[in-house]
Amino acid sequence: MTLDSKIPEGKLEDKWRNYQVKSQLINPANKKKLNIIIVGSGLSGAGAASTLAELGYDVKCFCYQDSARRAHSVAAQGGINAAKNYQHDGDSVYRMFYDTLKGGDFRSREANTYRLAELSAPLIDHFVQQGVPFAREYGGTLVNRSFGGVQVQRTFYARGQTGQQLLLAAYSQLYKMVRAKKVEMFPRSEMLDLVVIDGKAKGIIVRDLVTGKLKRFAADAVVLATGGYSRVFRLSTLAIGCNGSALWKAHKKGALFGAPSFTQIHPTALPQSSEAQSKLTLMSESLRNDGRIWVPKQKGDSRKANDIPEEERDYYLERRYPSFGNLAPRDIASRAAKERIDAGFGVGRLKNAVYLDFRHAIEKFGLETIKDRYGNLFTMYKKITGIDAYKEPMQISPAAHFSMGGLWVDYELMTTIPGLYAVGECNFSDHGANRLGANSLLQASVDGYFILPNTINNYLASEIKTDHPTTDHLEFEKAEKETKAHIERILAINGTKTVDHFHRKLGKVMWQECAMSRNKSGLEKAITQIKTIRDQFWSDVKVTGHDKEMNTELEKALRLADFIELGILMCTDALEREESCGAHFREEYQTEDGEAVRVDKDYSYVSAWEYDNGDFKLHKETLEFEFVKPSVRSYK
Amino acid sequence: MRVTFKIWRQEGPDDKGVIRAYEVDGLSEDMSFLEALDHLNELLVLKNEKVVAFEYDCREGICGQCGVFINGRAHGPHDNITTCQLHMRSFNDGDTIIVEPWRAASFPVIKDLVVDRSSLDRIIEHGAFISAKTGTAPEANAIPIPKDVSDRAMDAAACIGCGACVATCKNSSAALFTSAKINHLNTLPQGKAEEHKRVAEMTFQMEIEGFGSCTFTGACEVECPEGISIINIAEMNARVVKSKLLR
Ligand SMILES: Cc1cc2nc3c(=O)[nH]c(=O)nc-3n(C[C@H](O)[C@H](O)[C@H](O)COP(=O)(O)OP(=O)(O)OC[C@H]3O[C@@H](n4cnc5c(N)ncnc54)[C@H](O)[C@@H]3O)c2cc1C
Ligand code: FES
Repeated sequence: MTLDSKIPEGKLEDKWRNYQVKSQLINPANKKKLNIIIVGSGLSGAGAASTLAELGYDVKCFCYQDSARRAHSVAAQGGINAAKNYQHDGDSVYRMFYDTLKGGDFRSREANTYRLAELSAPLIDHFVQQGVPFAREYGGTLVNRSFGGVQVQRTFYARGQTGQQLLLAAYSQLYKMVRAKKVEMFPRSEMLDLVVIDGKAKGIIVRDLVTGKLKRFAADAVVLATGGYSRVFRLSTLAIGCNGSALWKAHKKGALFGAPSFTQIHPTALPQSSEAQSKLTLMSESLRNDGRIWVPKQKGDSRKANDIPEEERDYYLERRYPSFGNLAPRDIASRAAKERIDAGFGVGRLKNAVYLDFRHAIEKFGLETIKDRYGNLFTMYKKITGIDAYKEPMQISPAAHFSMGGLWVDYELMTTIPGLYAVGECNFSDHGANRLGANSLLQASVDGYFILPNTINNYLASEIKTDHPTTDHLEFEKAEKETKAHIERILAINGTKTVDHFHRKLGKVMWQECAMSRNKSGLEKAITQIKTIRDQFWSDVKVTGHDKEMNTELEKALRLADFIELGILMCTDALEREESCGAHFREEYQTEDGEAVRVDKDYSYVSAWEYDNGDFKLHKETLEFEFVKPSVRSYK
Repeated sequence: MRVTFKIWRQEGPDDKGVIRAYEVDGLSEDMSFLEALDHLNELLVLKNEKVVAFEYDCREGICGQCGVFINGRAHGPHDNITTCQLHMRSFNDGDTIIVEPWRAASFPVIKDLVVDRSSLDRIIEHGAFISAKTGTAPEANAIPIPKDVSDRAMDAAACIGCGACVATCKNSSAALFTSAKINHLNTLPQGKAEEHKRVAEMTFQMEIEGFGSCTFTGACEVECPEGISIINIAEMNARVVKSKLLR
């Protein structure tokens, strides 16, 4: 299979325009006859659904939650980037493009990354028009702040609720189109399979989570907007329901999976406190502006943090990265924390955390200033841990956070199955091997609002002439039957262990071997271990209740079955890539002082995996750097 | 830690529900309340029983999907938090904890602790938007919006749509929810063009959905995880009068 990224001709800054000029158009009367399925109602899904409906298409939109408004986009606190240069600090589309490409350690396409930066400014205009209450100056103009990995202020935010406010705007726009009867919304509906007819995506199989009924939906194109899959680690900053199932089913039906192992581990989440823990809460990156990270110099020091004198504290980020210090990029800060924790210097009851200390900041700026800057975060910290972080340091720990990997898509956001698109976090596109903070709300939104509505027509233009698919087609019959059999098989096992038991096991292996640092023998071992977990799951899991009712255990089991297989692919991908780049750190490829060594001559490509009967076949999309020369990232 | 959960069990919308008691041991104070329910569910599976259906997604207080009555209070014993933010350290060893679904005619029970809140979506559908199409936006800084105006809009916009305000209200009124949305959009210049239509349609839909009238008890703002103030309701009422006069 040859991977055609369909990058348009021309100079970097002309490519998107050149593409639009040549793309095929569809007249309004014909748009009405075309149906589009969108799976997901996050920023990417809701943005796409509302915009495509405004253009005249008939849209069906699905989500597993009880309302479209709950998609996990709501959890983003920090902000969204845009190259507006409102602060007059030298920002530009080109600088944002370069920061993003470099932040991703040169493992993404120049053309895609440039387009992301190019469309960022109009996106802010759009959200302001839709009523997003972004932070404002007294004079009424928009405020910006800065985020990790960049030197300009280009982040827009709405208090600590940026994702929530953007999603509410998208959800409102979506419901405007529901009322206009151009979108039909299906909440509490989980996609369990993709239907491919004559090589083209033509529909989906969905389980109604209230009645348990399997339903068929046909369309002229299918868009996946299903978000991140980091719940494969079980403990993550994602919502409990986040899953990889839609992607996985599409993958099994022929869509290549791009860079599956590229996962961002966020350095400042709350540590795990018990085996029963279900979720790791993120503490905003902004805390690292004033908080200092440290561990005791003495191994296993059991004194209380405040009893450890200054000279016995190791501010390891400041020590290792004097110029960036506590603001080193996420991948680097996470790895450094892991290194200290693994070496026995971790703190907290389970020795799995490091301190984030505001004592110096409070001394320097005063309690009131710190309260003003981070008050809501300190309150949240107290709600969850019961600890007053104005009096003693916070305990933080790295957590799985974001999937850079996802279905491989071309410049049009189409996967390798014609008519199947992937938008938002579920595709592999703009972030390369590491995503910059505040770039993914942007990517999800831009994909959904601006890009897809301008590329899907290029495919649908030819679909007008073909017959519209109907759900009585043999392929629908087959897919539904297989899904039914899959569910029945799980229910029939009636073993002795719960779904969560297996998820905890999978999570532990993935976290140990396929997270912040990876090595050959560990990954090989992980693959064997996950295969054992898979076999045990399929012979010993127990799910009570039946399939014709709301059954939350069954939902979990179906998601976990897919996570297990996805975990094997992630380890396979990490094993194959014998270099360190961005969040992918292979211990064999590091300098003497522990910094990543990228191997451009052998690995300057996107890995795209084909499903091959339980095995995986590698395809490569070579990355051509026409406009920028890849350099070595250094934050020393 | 050991507690007795007394939980509302109801097979489906048409069944009569009952309260069942479950003794659960081996909990720790650091566990969240929902993790304690997870733990109970694992025990139920191993005993070959059906799990308790309850709702959640983000488990960090922002998606609004969780929400149950705990010992007679929406979202449990503390003010202004979500159920997922509640931890077992708020209870004592040996406590009995009564867990029930949201109770409101407009939120029918689907199963156990799960209710149908789609009535809130339908209120949004009736005007809680700005009818501008993607691609038509002017430059973002073209209309300056003073900080205090923007802050007021943000205060109202913070609603996460959990429905605790309805559930805790003796009239099952959705006035806090509806007013927060109206005030978010009507405070901003972008929302002005449709302000009167929005007020009329959203409040009308609120009645159609069967939510009760607000008698201003203030119970809702105590349970609202975002601390949205009932001043919003007063402001909405004024807007309703105005919209009737001006439309
Ligand atoms: C805690 C946290 C903080 C973050 N902070 C920031 C930040 O400050 N700035 C930033 O830029 N980014 C941030 N991110 C990342 C960003 O929020 C996400 O990448 C982005 O919102 C993803 O949007 P999406 O539309 O792709 O997916 P989501 O918003 O996750 O939506 C996924 C949708 O798919 C549906 N779905 C999933 N599977 C199925 C299925 N099988 N069947 C049917 N429906 C399905 C869900 O119901 C949901 O509607 C953060 C992420 C997290 C977790
Ligand atoms: S689970 Fe999202 S608010 Fe509680």
